[in-house]
Amino acid sequence: MTEIFHQHQQENSFLGFWLYLMTDLIMFAALFASYIVLKNNNFNSPGGEELFNLSLVLFSTIVLLTSSFTCGLAGLYVEKRNVRATSFWLLLTLILGSFFLFLGYKELNNLVLEGYSWQTNAFLSAFFSLIILHGLHIAAGILWITVSFFQLRSFGLSDFVASKLRRLFLFWHFLDVVWIFIFTIVYLYAHI
Amino acid sequence: MKFWFGKLTWASLPHEWFTIGGALSMVLAGLGIFVYLTYTKKWKWLWQEWLTSTDPKKIGIMYFVVAALMLVRGGLDAGMIWLQQSLASGSGGYLTADHFQQIFTAHGTIMIFFVTTGFLFGLMNYILPLQIGARDVAFPLLNTLSFWLYAAGALFINLFFFFGGEFAATGWLAMPPLSELEFSPGVGVDYWIWSLQISGLGSLLSGVNLLVTILKMRAPGMTLMKMPMFVWTCLGSLLLVVSTFPILTMTLLMLSLDRAFGMHFFTSNLGGNPMLYVNLIWSWGHPEVYILMLPAFGIYSEIVATFSRRRLFGYGSLVADALLISGLSMLVWLHHFFTMGAGANVNAFFGIMTGLIAIPTGVQIFNWLATLYKGDPRFTSAMHWFFGFVFTFTLGGMAGVMLGIPGLDFQLHNSLFLVAHFHTMVIGGALFGIFAAITYWFPKVTGFLLNEKWGKRAFWLWIAGFLVSFTPLYILGLMGVTRRLDHYDASRGWQGLFMVAGLGFIIICVAVCAQIWQIIVSIKERKQNQDQSGDPWDGRTLEWSTSSPPPVYNFAVIPEIKNRDAFWDMKVSGQVDKLVSGQANKQYEDIVMPKNTAVGIYISAFLFLVGFAFVWHIVWLGAVGFVGAVTCVIFRSFDHHTEFTIKSEDVAKMESRGLKEIWQLKQ
Repeated sequence: MTEIFHQHQQENSFLGFWLYLMTDLIMFAALFASYIVLKNNNFNSPGGEELFNLSLVLFSTIVLLTSSFTCGLAGLYVEKRNVRATSFWLLLTLILGSFFLFLGYKELNNLVLEGYSWQTNAFLSAFFSLIILHGLHIAAGILWITVSFFQLRSFGLSDFVASKLRRLFLFWHFLDVVWIFIFTIVYLYAHI
Repeated sequence: MKFWFGKLTWASLPHEWFTIGGALSMVLAGLGIFVYLTYTKKWKWLWQEWLTSTDPKKIGIMYFVVAALMLVRGGLDAGMIWLQQSLASGSGGYLTADHFQQIFTAHGTIMIFFVTTGFLFGLMNYILPLQIGARDVAFPLLNTLSFWLYAAGALFINLFFFFGGEFAATGWLAMPPLSELEFSPGVGVDYWIWSLQISGLGSLLSGVNLLVTILKMRAPGMTLMKMPMFVWTCLGSLLLVVSTFPILTMTLLMLSLDRAFGMHFFTSNLGGNPMLYVNLIWSWGHPEVYILMLPAFGIYSEIVATFSRRRLFGYGSLVADALLISGLSMLVWLHHFFTMGAGANVNAFFGIMTGLIAIPTGVQIFNWLATLYKGDPRFTSAMHWFFGFVFTFTLGGMAGVMLGIPGLDFQLHNSLFLVAHFHTMVIGGALFGIFAAITYWFPKVTGFLLNEKWGKRAFWLWIAGFLVSFTPLYILGLMGVTRRLDHYDASRGWQGLFMVAGLGFIIICVAVCAQIWQIIVSIKERKQNQDQSGDPWDGRTLEWSTSSPPPVYNFAVIPEIKNRDAFWDMKVSGQVDKLVSGQANKQYEDIVMPKNTAVGIYISAFLFLVGFAFVWHIVWLGAVGFVGAVTCVIFRSFDHHTEFTIKSEDVAKMESRGLKEIWQLKQ
């Protein structure tokens, strides 16, 4: 009885988490819309085409996409119930994610050192908010991966842990998708 | 000191008559409850049976208690507004302009977010699982968390009485640049933002939770097109919740970033765009109106079908209406500000979309009337509310169509005509629906019926009071009175009509007293009005197949659904004895139920601290709240003994005892 209950619960959790991601996506959509409305309101400060360092952003994009790949491999090993390989690829994902966060921090910090902050104008308010919101999501993902290590150690790859990990992977890939939009709408768009 | 207390100083403590009064009455009420609970030794009972409960039925009742308290709170605000406007001819009136503005802001915010929303989520919690033949919602912990976030938000909005002494003076949607730091430097707007953020998060989580419940937890055989109409309208409403509340969250977040971190999303300088806020908030705000209305439509559908003893006429078209209304409601937000100057084409588009909504809404009304026609209607007090609704809603709907015509709207925009219109919709539509629902489902929740005589009296008082108070506002609006006036020139000659409206408020107060009296009388006479069958109205849907009140697991045996109006179908085909009286063969299964948990309370308390820290700029407190909430989530994620099993023998015992005993099998 309990097993059937748990199985149903895990199916529900997957759908529920997926729905949560859609709500998160709508939050990002509202911020994207605001960014597009405000992106030319730079108020005599330089706009995106001058401020953005495309090669740095391209590099961090590659880092994040690679982390999605390693995350996908971890997912494959979860289905094979291989704790060691799962942990290994998760660890790699964590490292790449942290590196991505570091790169993002560098980028924003460089802007601040040059004298452009979120207080400068509406365009930069929207830009900083978008990047930081995404970064906070990545940070949450990193915390989640860290917690997962402990869960793997305590419970192994039980159904309970595997179901949580599947949701973690969904989350991580979702952040990748959002980043693709940021890369396109914020960075590429500024250079057109 | 600045580190420990942020902007909080001695001057923030209550020192005006209304803050002292508010704070004092809250402290006294709290003290009274504390003393009562300690004296009767009920703390443990309260904590175990109610506060930490994961039973959606109990959570539903708690929603109702908080919402009813907030109704009184928002009603007091309404009375103060009416009194001011009745006196405010020339230099009259007893409130300062600033205080008056705070009152109408609080009134609107409370009535929408904490009264109507609270009642509807309470109702959904109680009724939805029963109607789809489920034992619980999909995520029990999330459900308690949603409730406690809602409760924390309700407490938060009243916190300004104690600290700060001012609420937002911006109107219930806090439009910038007025709500920006430059023009509202106090903490009022921050209180507004964070009470909505906290309770809004609760609504969002509830939306996800109940949506999954409807999609995944229906009893076997209940296909989508066999769901009761209330479930369908809730589905439409919940789809709107999950697709628009994130916009609200983001918009409020941007406003608070402006205020706390000096950003420029909506400021009037450095490139900020206040109209962006107006667009964003209304693209949540208009669907919100339908989030409140749709479940009410479902309630009326259930009531009309039950009391006509007839299948709903045009079920398929009612389903289509619910979905159409959900879809269209996301395409009309601009009609709230035709005067923005978006141009004729844009205004025309949104005007047409607004007109289109009248079609599915009208179809619904004809469907209900057609159900009555050739039905066998019984004019109980629930039906009284329905007829009252048809009358007021048609009236208010036509006023709405008028407002939706851009040309007319330029005349009526921000006038009392608008105020009268949306009060007609929210009171005559949603609130009457909630009252109808209370009358209808009360015996299911308590096991005895509400007094019909007092119910009908309350209804007639309500509808009279409603018409007396809001008809003058339509007239005043056409005379050119703008909304939110704290005083007006005596030569205008408006005072008489304002006083009539004030009279209407008094009638409504009498109506509320009649409702309270109705409940008292019903409790006194509960022996005579007991409902032992569990099905006092000859109902059609599954909730009536359980005992009143239902056992903690709702259904000892999950029913198999063959037809729409599942319970009616069982009664007609004679299966009902098998279902109700237990399953004559006495074969029960073990039932798995979630354990009680206090995690929802802890997380809400921590997020409450985060909100408080943001209002007063206390960094350490914000960090404590945030880390605390995250830690709760992490600890909970290690716990996989979150449910327990009721053995089949115990189920059999409880079923044979008529389920009356309070059930004590917790581990």
